[in-house]
Amino acid sequence: MSKDREPLFSKKNRALLTDPLDDDNPITVQVLGICSALAITVKLEPAVVMTLSVIFVMAAGNVIVSILRNVIPTRIRIIVQLLVVATLVALVDQFLKAYAYDVSKQLAIFIGLIITNCIIMGRFEAFALGNGVWKSFLDGVGNAAGYGWILIVVAFIRELFGSGELWGVPVIPQFIYDLGYQDNGLMLLSPMALIVVGVYIWIQRYYNRKLIESD
Amino acid sequence: MNRESNKHTYIFAAIMVVSVASVLSFTSESLKDLQNSNIKKEKMQNILSSVGINVSRDESESLYGDYVKEELSLKSDGSVDDQVNAFNINLAIEVKKDKDVQRFPLYIANVEDQKFYVIPLRGAGLWAEIWGYIALKDDINTIKGVSFDHKSETAGLGAEITEDWFIDSFNEEKINDSEGNFVGVYLTKTNNDPGNSDKLDNEIDAISGATITGDGVSDMIIERIENYIPYFNSLTNE
Repeated sequence: MSKDREPLFSKKNRALLTDPLDDDNPITVQVLGICSALAITVKLEPAVVMTLSVIFVMAAGNVIVSILRNVIPTRIRIIVQLLVVATLVALVDQFLKAYAYDVSKQLAIFIGLIITNCIIMGRFEAFALGNGVWKSFLDGVGNAAGYGWILIVVAFIRELFGSGELWGVPVIPQFIYDLGYQDNGLMLLSPMALIVVGVYIWIQRYYNRKLIESD
Repeated sequence: MNRESNKHTYIFAAIMVVSVASVLSFTSESLKDLQNSNIKKEKMQNILSSVGINVSRDESESLYGDYVKEELSLKSDGSVDDQVNAFNINLAIEVKKDKDVQRFPLYIANVEDQKFYVIPLRGAGLWAEIWGYIALKDDINTIKGVSFDHKSETAGLGAEITEDWFIDSFNEEKINDSEGNFVGVYLTKTNNDPGNSDKLDNEIDAISGATITGDGVSDMIIERIENYIPYFNSLTNE
């Protein structure tokens, strides 16, 4: 610990929040968390609910792991991390069931996916175990937001072209259907999520040249 | 402190497990009443919606008694078991028992002087359980309405069974064939009747991409209603 304290939002700390949105995005750059990105991006609403839950679980989990980082025995650290995630997810689930029953029904299917989300374990292991509480908090929020951003983009595209709806509300006017347009059912199937993520990565690297690996 | 020693590892693990367990059990215990009341209200809401009464979850508790007049728990031979409260029967546990010892809950609702028999359903979807309610009219043949729910069917595909456009296609369908034999209602991809205008064919247009969930719906309707036939027969024989 250095004596002269770093300001709360120093340039380095801000980068912890903003880097995962683009330069160090967990999905498109680190290619983590792909599994849940495929499963829950059929519609916008569950994608947003998932994003909010992951932001909470990841920020709180990173803080807890960071507080305990000097006492966690190295040999069982993965189990401890898993326990932290599972506890937080179970708590979120209990509270939602009591106070926001409808949201909890939306979320029910994703509980398991949050626990097994590789981004969460990845950040605990790679960041929270070696950094202070405030930095870990920012890193958790940043990475969860970077993950959520991709979920929302993919869900937006899939719901729009797959069901002609956004947030469950039909947005494609009837006259376009009358002209012969049809919703693309393929968009609702998992492979299209991979393709959409792939196209996103392509566009992202076109604009962000430093992501392109030199060989 | 040597955090790599066995002693530290065991103590740390023990403290961690005990504290996590107490936090979780404390939360679970203190929120239990709220959660159960949510589940109870939702059940009432679903029963009401199968007979065409759409209310919010909070209203359902007060309106339930106005419409649902009788709750029966039936034995497999069709007789009524007065010892068991039908509303409290947990179908998730009940369906795993032998048919002979199962109790089959039946709700009898009265809406605008019409009598409806509401039968709870439970079966298997693609990923996990699906359940719902089916309301039959007084002729014990015509469907008044249904409501479905599921634990974790695929959003946009199997999960569509909860949507109005799907549920509404059951209205007025028959569960008996033209000779009066019980055949249930099938979800099918080949009936050339996407609008479900033929209400006598015992068939509903299935959801594309949700074949297994759809088969689960067909199966649970047949499997569950079958158990109530002895009771319905005893009604018509009287």
